[in-house]
Amino acid sequence: MLRPSTSIPRRGRGPLWRDPAIRALVAQAVLLIVLALVIGLLIHNTLLNLEARGIRTGFDFLEGRAGFPISQALLEYTSDSTYGHTFLIGLLNTLLVSALGIVAATLIGFAVGIARLSPNWLLSRLATCYVELFRNIPLLLQILFWYFAVLRSLPSPRQSLSLFDAFYFNVRGMVMPGPETQAGFSATPIALLIAIVVTIGLVIFNRRRQAQTGQRLPVGWIGLGLIAGLPAVVFVLSGSPLHWNVPELTGFNFRGGVQVLPELLALWVALSVYTAAFIAEIVRSGIQSVPHGQVEAANALSLSSGVTLRKVVIPQAMRVIVPQMTSQYLNLIKNSSLATAIGYPDLVAVFAGTTLNQTGQAIEIIAMTMAVYLVISLVVSFLMNIYNARVAIKER
Amino acid sequence: MTAFREQMIAQRQPPDQRRGVIGWLRTNLFAGPINSIISLIVIAIAIRLLWPVIDWAFIEADWVGNSREACTSDGACWVFISARWNQIVYGFYPEALRWRVDIVFAIFAALIAWLIVPKLPAKKSVGIFALIGFPIVSWILLLGGMFGLDHVPTRLWGGLMLTLTIAAVGIVGSLPIGVLLALGRRSKMPLVKGVCVVFIEFWRGVPLITVLFMASVMLPLFVPAQMEFDKLLRALIGIMLFWSAYMAEVVRGGLQAIPKGQSEAGAALGLGYWQRMGLIVLPQALKLVIPGIVNTFISLFKDTSLVLIIGLFDVLAIIQAGLTDSDWLGFAIEGYVFAALIFWVFCFSMSRYSQYIENRLNTGHK
Repeated sequence: MLRPSTSIPRRGRGPLWRDPAIRALVAQAVLLIVLALVIGLLIHNTLLNLEARGIRTGFDFLEGRAGFPISQALLEYTSDSTYGHTFLIGLLNTLLVSALGIVAATLIGFAVGIARLSPNWLLSRLATCYVELFRNIPLLLQILFWYFAVLRSLPSPRQSLSLFDAFYFNVRGMVMPGPETQAGFSATPIALLIAIVVTIGLVIFNRRRQAQTGQRLPVGWIGLGLIAGLPAVVFVLSGSPLHWNVPELTGFNFRGGVQVLPELLALWVALSVYTAAFIAEIVRSGIQSVPHGQVEAANALSLSSGVTLRKVVIPQAMRVIVPQMTSQYLNLIKNSSLATAIGYPDLVAVFAGTTLNQTGQAIEIIAMTMAVYLVISLVVSFLMNIYNARVAIKER
Repeated sequence: MTAFREQMIAQRQPPDQRRGVIGWLRTNLFAGPINSIISLIVIAIAIRLLWPVIDWAFIEADWVGNSREACTSDGACWVFISARWNQIVYGFYPEALRWRVDIVFAIFAALIAWLIVPKLPAKKSVGIFALIGFPIVSWILLLGGMFGLDHVPTRLWGGLMLTLTIAAVGIVGSLPIGVLLALGRRSKMPLVKGVCVVFIEFWRGVPLITVLFMASVMLPLFVPAQMEFDKLLRALIGIMLFWSAYMAEVVRGGLQAIPKGQSEAGAALGLGYWQRMGLIVLPQALKLVIPGIVNTFISLFKDTSLVLIIGLFDVLAIIQAGLTDSDWLGFAIEGYVFAALIFWVFCFSMSRYSQYIENRLNTGHK
């Protein structure tokens, strides 16, 4: 019979340098001292160097007059604006191309990823070729290709290539119809907002009702009708206060419409095409990660194929897809800094480029630029961890 | 009379519709109307896209000559590439000394071949030579300045040689740092763990471009003024630190997959921390993450092209510079296609090798 021993004889602790706790303390103390020394030395050197070169320090420069134009500004900007403004304009341009890229890359990526699983041999081979071609070529090379080899070799505005007589492509980029709002237009977005809120409320109500009574409303159709219908009705009732400003060729250039920089186009196309190749692989592996037995079990329960897809396959595939997809989105945002190679005025090109060259305050500017990307990454990783904790398989 | 046959019936072939080319076509391309329509659309797209490309790149292309006058047809002008071939491979390396680069290339190719062909013996000693001996030999040969070799400053380096140098140094340097960081991140000492986490998350959170900018404008500020820092060296330090963080995350994935019992069994045998890690945990963990490591190598290789932005002349930058040569204006597509081909061949073969290794090492770990 086993009896718990009443007392375990306490072993001698042995020599001090064998004690793991003490060894850990010593190791950490050494690390701390070395780190402090290295950082102190770096700061010392930097201060000496800055003084020797006569570079000012501090963030006062942000108030200074920038004195250079930026080719694309989403906010009011002139050469008289401050360096602080250049930071903001650059940041917004980075966010613009990132948002455009994320949308396009997701759409292309999902299409290609699903095509790779197609039973059609040709289609799946075509998708494979796409993935293998674009993910094995450096992004910078693709950006340069689209910019210098494709967009810069388009004809002059007078011989523009036109698409539907509304979009015109030429060496100066793309001209497309721009919306021009008139008085009373603000009612339409408000209506859209109301429709969305009502739809969300309806979905919640429907879910509760189904849990209690087992009956459900065709909430998808109602929501679609609300979101599309209500703004449309309000738009017509308020007298269609939106006018499309279609570009027209007058003389040597276009008048009217919205001018899109060729740099933006090249960067957008390259980022989307490149990232889509990675997203396609993620989507494929996500869908393949759902065991086939899951679908068979759903069939055995006589769920329809639509319900099987929505309630069985996609939620499980998403568990694999979403975390990897987020890291691709982060990569895309970070990769958008390659804009500087073709002169798209993003954060790195404007702020860490021109502003740095003019002020010479490398440390502050590089730190601010890195901080922006770091904050975006950390916030997204934080949200991702919350999401992961929510969707993780609940185990006892 | 027996009710059953005494001899087997000879096997019959499946119906014509199900075998051979026709059967394959029916199951893979024309199974059902939607499938057939998709196939036809894909074939149409392929012909529309592929034929002009083949026509441009091969049939109508100009291959021989040494000036742009040789390019008379409508197709690609590969003369542009062949005329600049030496620059694309060696950069601005002095012509008389290029044999040194050739030797390094030859050793490099031989080492790679030796390491990837499974049948060749003495993998371990060759591997150690590749990691320690080869870098020293190539450093002496490429840079010179000792053993009677002429000194070749790094600003003359360029082209494929520079790309491979950056990639090799980045790969050889970032893997050990990454392993140390990964071990540090799993350490029980809070300070060690904290330092590693901050280091890894910092480098992973910023784009490589800003790291290269930092390396080129801030590194000189960090060291005493009289110390000269080579531009290439600055870029290499940036690249190594940046990729070591990614490598650390890959290795950490492998470390997490090794059951705790392995390390505990080692401790029970009286092994110290480094012995447990070096002899028991790391060999298993690294084997598991070889595909991840190779994928990081591929990304690193592709991103060597970013040194263009801080003014080093890798393959892409050399070609890009060649495009602005007034004698050769208007060959942008040829230049980029060729650069893409170089990168693609390297990256694609690496990814294929990683898949092959994955299958070969598939030891049942999941």
